[in-house]
Amino acid sequence: MTGAAPYDSDQPHGDSASGYDPNYVPDSVKSFVVHMYRQIREKNVYEIHQMYETSFQSISDRFFKDAPWPSVDAVATYVDNDHVFCLLYREMWFRHLYARLSPTLKQRIDSWDNYCNLFQVVLHGVVNMQLPNQWLWDMVDEFVYQFQSFCQYRAKMKNKTEQEIALLRQYDQAWNVYGVLNYLQALVEKSSIIQILEQEKEGLEQFTATDGYDYSGGSNVLKVLGYFSMVGLLRVHCLLGDYHTGLKCILPIDISQQGVYTSVIGSHITTIYHYGFANLMLRRYTEAIREFNKILLYIFKTKQYHQKSPQYEQILKKNEQMYALLAVTLSLCPQLKIVEETVNSQLREKYGEKMLRMQRYDDEAFALYDELFSYACPKFITPSASSYEEPLVNYNQDAYRLQLKLFLYEVKQQQLLSGIRTFLNVYSTISIAKLASYMEVDEDTLRTILMTYKHKMHSVNSDGKIISNMDTNFYIDDDMIHVVESKAPKKYGDYFMRQIVKLEGIMSDIDRVKLE
Amino acid sequence: MGREMTNQKPQSEMSYTVQQLVSVNPYNPDILPDLENYVNEQVSSQTYSSNANLCLLRLYQFEPERMSTQIVARILIKALMAMPAPDFSLCLFLIPERVMRTEWVLVLWKGWGMTIGMQMEDQFKTLIVLSHYLETARFRQFWDEAAKSRHILEVVPGFEQAIQAYAIHVLSIAYQKVPRSVLAEAINIEGLVLDKFIEHHITNSGWAIEKNQNKGQLIIFPHNEFNDPELKKSAADGIPLENITRILPILG
Repeated sequence: MTGAAPYDSDQPHGDSASGYDPNYVPDSVKSFVVHMYRQIREKNVYEIHQMYETSFQSISDRFFKDAPWPSVDAVATYVDNDHVFCLLYREMWFRHLYARLSPTLKQRIDSWDNYCNLFQVVLHGVVNMQLPNQWLWDMVDEFVYQFQSFCQYRAKMKNKTEQEIALLRQYDQAWNVYGVLNYLQALVEKSSIIQILEQEKEGLEQFTATDGYDYSGGSNVLKVLGYFSMVGLLRVHCLLGDYHTGLKCILPIDISQQGVYTSVIGSHITTIYHYGFANLMLRRYTEAIREFNKILLYIFKTKQYHQKSPQYEQILKKNEQMYALLAVTLSLCPQLKIVEETVNSQLREKYGEKMLRMQRYDDEAFALYDELFSYACPKFITPSASSYEEPLVNYNQDAYRLQLKLFLYEVKQQQLLSGIRTFLNVYSTISIAKLASYMEVDEDTLRTILMTYKHKMHSVNSDGKIISNMDTNFYIDDDMIHVVESKAPKKYGDYFMRQIVKLEGIMSDIDRVKLE
Repeated sequence: MGREMTNQKPQSEMSYTVQQLVSVNPYNPDILPDLENYVNEQVSSQTYSSNANLCLLRLYQFEPERMSTQIVARILIKALMAMPAPDFSLCLFLIPERVMRTEWVLVLWKGWGMTIGMQMEDQFKTLIVLSHYLETARFRQFWDEAAKSRHILEVVPGFEQAIQAYAIHVLSIAYQKVPRSVLAEAINIEGLVLDKFIEHHITNSGWAIEKNQNKGQLIIFPHNEFNDPELKKSAADGIPLENITRILPILG
């Protein structure tokens, strides 16, 4: 699969067996690049978006279902050999290749080179375009995706040929983890996006209000790429298992509000998916549930509008994965009160039975935790290259296996907690002695379990504060357990405020009515 | 206990430089030696920086051949001391199993290194066992195992006190009043030393004591939002300031 090189853009085949001629440019492609080039020069963002989303897809479907687009050399003449346009064209070219075909090692390396060139041009601040957010998001998203794909590919050593190993050794900079992280970091820094977001809070900057677009004749490319790179960094860190740093990277973005990250549905979903997953691994269960709940509700309401878009399948896939993650999180921390009814009924439909079985914490339960975690988790990667010396083995599953093992280890530590929960839901006070006898453990062990419950159901947030995730609360007075009924806090404050604003609105309406 | 303890003592110059490096240029293989030195400084000066240590573990993940098991062991011990923060788990997420196995095998080949190799593997296993006991509040088993592993733990000063602080934290979020025997087992102190310890906390941390019906001593913790339901309710009803600003023009 990876050894064959049927579509190598550097070697024009006249009549190769596959029938692909990189120099053949159908008319529709010619007019596509000519028009796209003009729209970019004239900064017509709306038209660029239409061409990028719709035209590119329809031409691909008609002519390039399982072949690459014409090579960049073939189309360059139609666009004045514009350097930047060629980089953008190649970016789309490679993305299409990855989506429809299997890239060869050489193509992977060439794509890396293209991203380097493209990002360097942007970082030097000489780009004067306005591009649609969808495209800018796709660049970052695809960049991280190709990195992940490369790490997976590199780790499958077993069937590598001599040439492939030689090539890997020679181009060891391609998709090097330092390179990937440093480019993303450079985009964040050079764009000053963190400072821009800070200043925006004080009204000194306009960014979110214009969706990142620059209406004063400048370019949005560096700023928005810098913004989306923060999400890119969150994703890369999650792939490496560094959840803490991932969350730090996303801190400048306020996910309780709308923002540029919600302007593109792919970015919105990717952000929340990784945010939620990282919180799950950090035991911040309530936070994870809250965010999964919000996004799942949002997808439920809006997915119909994306049916025709090329991202639709991805949206559905992530939707299913987040339901699985929500099922897992709720089984560890049953905070059903913060889940919306719509989401809850979908959840019960998909995972109702499995959740009941997971809460039993027997062998079957662990198998289910394994199954759901494996289905929904990110595709973890090993960032280091192998030494190519040892007997060639596949190690592409190592990173995933480590995260899974540690996750199940955490689940195992919480094994005895569901038993406590059952009893605490029934009693308002109960002595340690009595509960110990019901649970068939000695008193010392019960005290241990109760403290474990308290410890596991509290997490430490990013400011070092202790946050409670307790569903059923209790405290111990010597040898008596007092159960605290957790009513959903009545939001008087919120209610009164809404009514005040409403009344004010009515009064100003009435004021405007002139009586004859 | 606690995440960044560099505020407790005047920051050393090295600490300041390293913090800068980690926040400005973290994805840089050249800072690895600085980060390793900083781990040793954290140990000797009883400070802690989880960000710097995670950064180092990341670099080890990128270049496994540069990993030092001794440094990793110290980072793990420091992470244990940071409980209830999940730092120990955060560290484990970043240490590939493959690396630990390889290390052990490599050391085995150097005949004289065989015992050291086994010690190293044991070190990690011991720390994971200790973490497990702490995560599941099995304090008696923890202190027993810690006593057996003194040679691993004594390289990091302040270990005992940090774990005792964690134990008290767990007790104080679960109990309003805790029997003396439970406290004693959790912090591994008894007799007169325990009396002194309790006295100290009565003066400085708002503890109190009373007698329970079996004439044993009860230690009373100050009420917080975790062991007192009344306090919790008032915390939940807060309204963020931004929402209030919406109605200020109306009220004014």
